[in-house]
Amino acid sequence: MHVPTMAEFLASGEKPEVLFWVGCAGSFDQRAQKITKAFVTILDRVGIKYAILGKEEMCTGDPARRAGNEFMFQMMAYQNIQVLNNYEIKKIVTACPHCFNILKNEYPVLGGNYEVIHHATFLQQLIDEGKIKMTEGGSFKGKKITYHDSCYLGRANNIYEAPRKVLEAMDVALVEMKRCKSNGLCCGAGGAQMFKEEEKGDIRINIERSNEAIETGASVIAAACPFCNTMLTDGVKNKEMENDVAVLDIAELVAMSLEQKV
Amino acid sequence: MQYIQQIGFLLLVAYSIWLFSKNMMQIKRNILLGRDEDLSDQSSLRWRNVILLALGQKKMFRNPTVAIMHLIIYAGFIIINIEVLEIVLDGILGKHRIFLEPLGGFYTFLINFFEILALAVTAVCVVFLARRNVLKLKRFMSKDLNGWPRSDANYILITEIILMSLFITMNATDRALQILGSEHYHNTGDFLISGYIAPFFSHLSTTKLILIERSCWWMHIIGIFAFLNYLPYSKHLHILLAFPNAYYSRLTPAGEMHNMENVQNEVKYMMQPELAPTGDAQPMKFGAKDVMDLSWKNLLDAYSCTECGRCSSACPANQTGKLLSPRKIMMDTRDRLEEVGNNIKKNGSFVDDGKMLLNDFISVEELRACTTCNACVQECPVSISPLDIILELRRSLIMEDSNAPQEWNGMFSNIENNFAPWKLSPDDRDQWTKEL
Repeated sequence: MHVPTMAEFLASGEKPEVLFWVGCAGSFDQRAQKITKAFVTILDRVGIKYAILGKEEMCTGDPARRAGNEFMFQMMAYQNIQVLNNYEIKKIVTACPHCFNILKNEYPVLGGNYEVIHHATFLQQLIDEGKIKMTEGGSFKGKKITYHDSCYLGRANNIYEAPRKVLEAMDVALVEMKRCKSNGLCCGAGGAQMFKEEEKGDIRINIERSNEAIETGASVIAAACPFCNTMLTDGVKNKEMENDVAVLDIAELVAMSLEQKV
Repeated sequence: MQYIQQIGFLLLVAYSIWLFSKNMMQIKRNILLGRDEDLSDQSSLRWRNVILLALGQKKMFRNPTVAIMHLIIYAGFIIINIEVLEIVLDGILGKHRIFLEPLGGFYTFLINFFEILALAVTAVCVVFLARRNVLKLKRFMSKDLNGWPRSDANYILITEIILMSLFITMNATDRALQILGSEHYHNTGDFLISGYIAPFFSHLSTTKLILIERSCWWMHIIGIFAFLNYLPYSKHLHILLAFPNAYYSRLTPAGEMHNMENVQNEVKYMMQPELAPTGDAQPMKFGAKDVMDLSWKNLLDAYSCTECGRCSSACPANQTGKLLSPRKIMMDTRDRLEEVGNNIKKNGSFVDDGKMLLNDFISVEELRACTTCNACVQECPVSISPLDIILELRRSLIMEDSNAPQEWNGMFSNIENNFAPWKLSPDDRDQWTKEL
């Protein structure tokens, strides 16, 4: 499978329907790369004309800004907006809620105006439009799955239903944790916490959250954020439950349920 | 004698209102010490928030049982205060139950309604006292509330119970006097609650009854004016400031951080030097070190906080035993602002006292523990954002003091050099495409 870049589209004089913003985690983190690969597999199968920026993509500046380093954020935003505007990008899809939030809410005031959509919503739309065809009684049918709300998708942008609808489309038995939706507990990664040790406390946030997810008895913890995924995976390992409970992105679940090519 | 009472009453009313206005003006002045922020757009949406969030207490209903109890106190207290209008008019004009004659049967209905509410308010205040002092709910036991804040909460509830009891006792003795046929005490018939209590007073002499009735009347109205003047010193100020705070609450997505235009321009001039203005650059301040560096809305937030602790109960850092408590962030901001306000009052203008909100009130460890998850913002029933303050203080730590944990400095330099927060080559950004 070939993943087309914006540079290639430009060379051929064509334009993609949508730019897939991969994000740093999706590009470099080995676990998150699997999510990226699952998502492009879906895009490829559905036949969407998409492109990535490839080497031209840079960190959006989210962790720097949340840590307090506005200079670093502004530098990254300036450079990214130059690239995006030069390619006349209109629509962006991303599998990272942090990239989604910053591109959607914080780039416009800096001159970067795009229609930005998170992959949860994008997948839901493709399912609703009948473009994603999944196997009847696929591997997750009737399986107990719990969904962990990412803060930057949920409270930050009020997206609670789209990822759940994606799961429902797979006929899974969705079980909610007590702290879910707008009451959802953070995985502990946001606000640049991903990049430093936690402060002193009674328990690590990701362990608290993973324990709650494990207690639902679900065999899959579904996430829609690469950082949540890492945090929860670590939490499940901490409980030595990794053989019983899988932490998977909704894109991975969809990719695993796709109809086999005929 | 009658005139002396009337004059005394007028003086009481005038002094209370003067004192209250003076203190509120000082609070307004303190709030306006904050940075400018234009929040005057989209007024229809803002009024909607006032109606839904402040008047309708929409967010309280995330916990319906508590919401209904809170609504009883709130509605009861406001509605019963209509009765204060009569009391004030009686006091000024030297009359007794001035509305009885013009309103007739409706008057009985109103007072009955007030009495039921008074009983309900008393009952809920007892439950709330129990939640704080007997059941010891976790968020009320937090060390945030040690000392004055915990007493403040109890004083408010006890005062409300006393005011309600005075109101009922006043009506009961009034009724007992009516039955004795005392002059001045017009027949109102039994009211719903006080009617049951009146017989307990029937053995007392007219003189004693008048003494009790008048004492209750005076203590009730003095109590109300005292309570009004207690508000500016108390967390209870939220009953007033919840309204402007709902009006000025942010309408942008919760995930959006305020843009720093000065930094944006700095970066733009660095990238495109031809755009840079000529002449000496103004010295710039980044983020907030003290209350004056925060936006006026952050400061209004601080005065609107009633220290309920819903924010801290939902905070992932607080729940897992970290030092951070969003409620404490708000309480510290108000404490520091009061201190700055008193400094200005004493000295005419602010004289450096060697203290700052950052470090002297809020520690680096607290700020560092925030995951920016917005749970505190989501929970707050009166539209406060502790997160906003945390982020502004963090900006100051990084950009003014270069105070960052080692790992963050590493992350910053990785972003600068490798365009990703990890130390990985930018050339490998699309490496995954070759593994498909």
